[in-house]
Amino acid sequence: MKPHPFDYVRADSVDEATELLAQHGDDARVLAGGQSLLAMLNLRLLEPAVLIDIASISELSEIREVGGKVEVGAAVTQNRLLAWPGLKAKLPLLAVALPFVGHFQTRNKGTVCGSVAHADPSSEIPLSLATLQGEVVLRSRSGTRVLPVSEFQRGMLMTARKPDELVTAIRFPVQTSGRVAFREVARRHGDFAIIAIAAVANGNTIRLGVGGMAGRPATREFAVGADLRDAINALAWELEGYEDMHASSRMRRDILRRVGPVVIEEALQCAE
Amino acid sequence: MRRVTRDQLAKVSVKLNGRAVSAEAEPRMLLSDFIRQALGATGTHVGCEHGVCGCCTVLLDGVAVRSCLTLAMQADGRAITTVESLAGEDGALNALQQAFRNNHALQCGFCTPGILMSFTDFLRRNPKPSEEQVVDVLSGHICRCTGYAGIVSAVLEAAGTRDSNTGGKP
Repeated sequence: MKPHPFDYVRADSVDEATELLAQHGDDARVLAGGQSLLAMLNLRLLEPAVLIDIASISELSEIREVGGKVEVGAAVTQNRLLAWPGLKAKLPLLAVALPFVGHFQTRNKGTVCGSVAHADPSSEIPLSLATLQGEVVLRSRSGTRVLPVSEFQRGMLMTARKPDELVTAIRFPVQTSGRVAFREVARRHGDFAIIAIAAVANGNTIRLGVGGMAGRPATREFAVGADLRDAINALAWELEGYEDMHASSRMRRDILRRVGPVVIEEALQCAE
Repeated sequence: MRRVTRDQLAKVSVKLNGRAVSAEAEPRMLLSDFIRQALGATGTHVGCEHGVCGCCTVLLDGVAVRSCLTLAMQADGRAITTVESLAGEDGALNALQQAFRNNHALQCGFCTPGILMSFTDFLRRNPKPSEEQVVDVLSGHICRCTGYAGIVSAVLEAAGTRDSNTGGKP
């Protein structure tokens, strides 16, 4: 299908973009890579009055390290982060998770921040950001605020972004441990995950992140060596698992019970 | 800042397969429709229009993207490469296309233009891919008639990692 008519504005700076957001608020949608947004427009799931294109704003196109964090600007594509030379050493979880994000062809255009702003509950990047306890940088005409991701993503496609705010960057803490693992179950590699699971081992604790069960990624910390079967079973019941055309909630709980321990074991097997 | 209102037609200038061309588009026009309807290059096919099937894949500044998930406005001032650019002026197939022919990698051919463009980008970045990498890139496309084995063989042959018609032997 074709999108409903809208006005198109290409912003050349963050100031221009935030000015436009202040003016249009909820009637506007921010366009960066458009790999979720354009599909939703084509299916007429969204009918915004204005699209604000931020893809060519040069100040948003950087990946840089600031104070123990890797900051990824809102115009950085997923494949650019995947090709970033520091990725394996500094963000090993992203190095294993990003190849699951869409396909080669959509990662060429889809942005890292766009995926976080879109907040699909089964998405890999919001899950990785939650597992690593990262931050989201929001800017509006009245200033900048930085939110921990746990306060940013509220539920299915819902975030704490105010209508006049632009997600300008996300920040991943530089990982000190390379013991990571990521797996997902999907109908076809690159399609929406039925469930995605991330694990990061750090000393005697292991952090598990689970996407595709609830409205937003869930994270939990476990002590290494404890019997995790009961703990993961309890987590599965707590998250419940939603129902959709791809899987019942029962199937989701079952996948988590079976795949969760495998992902944890994989992370523990990794060399430091 | 560039602003185009919903019913306004704005000029979009691109370099299509090395040639500077321009045409008018309204903001909601998809790049896939712009290429086919405004520029008349109908080699790019349109399938699902929500980024799943991969038929409409073209190169935007040399990088494979879904033209149905791109607005014509976003391509203004940029280079677009489509399947029409692959064969020589005399119609001679390029190495990738010839490998598709050798390996029966197409039947109806509807999905083929997108697949060719994806691997044009991918092979430039990864000249010697593994079979696993080829399958991974191919997962961004849907072919409803041949299955995928011939396509994988064709790409590997084009990359010189496997000879054609040797039953998989090197």
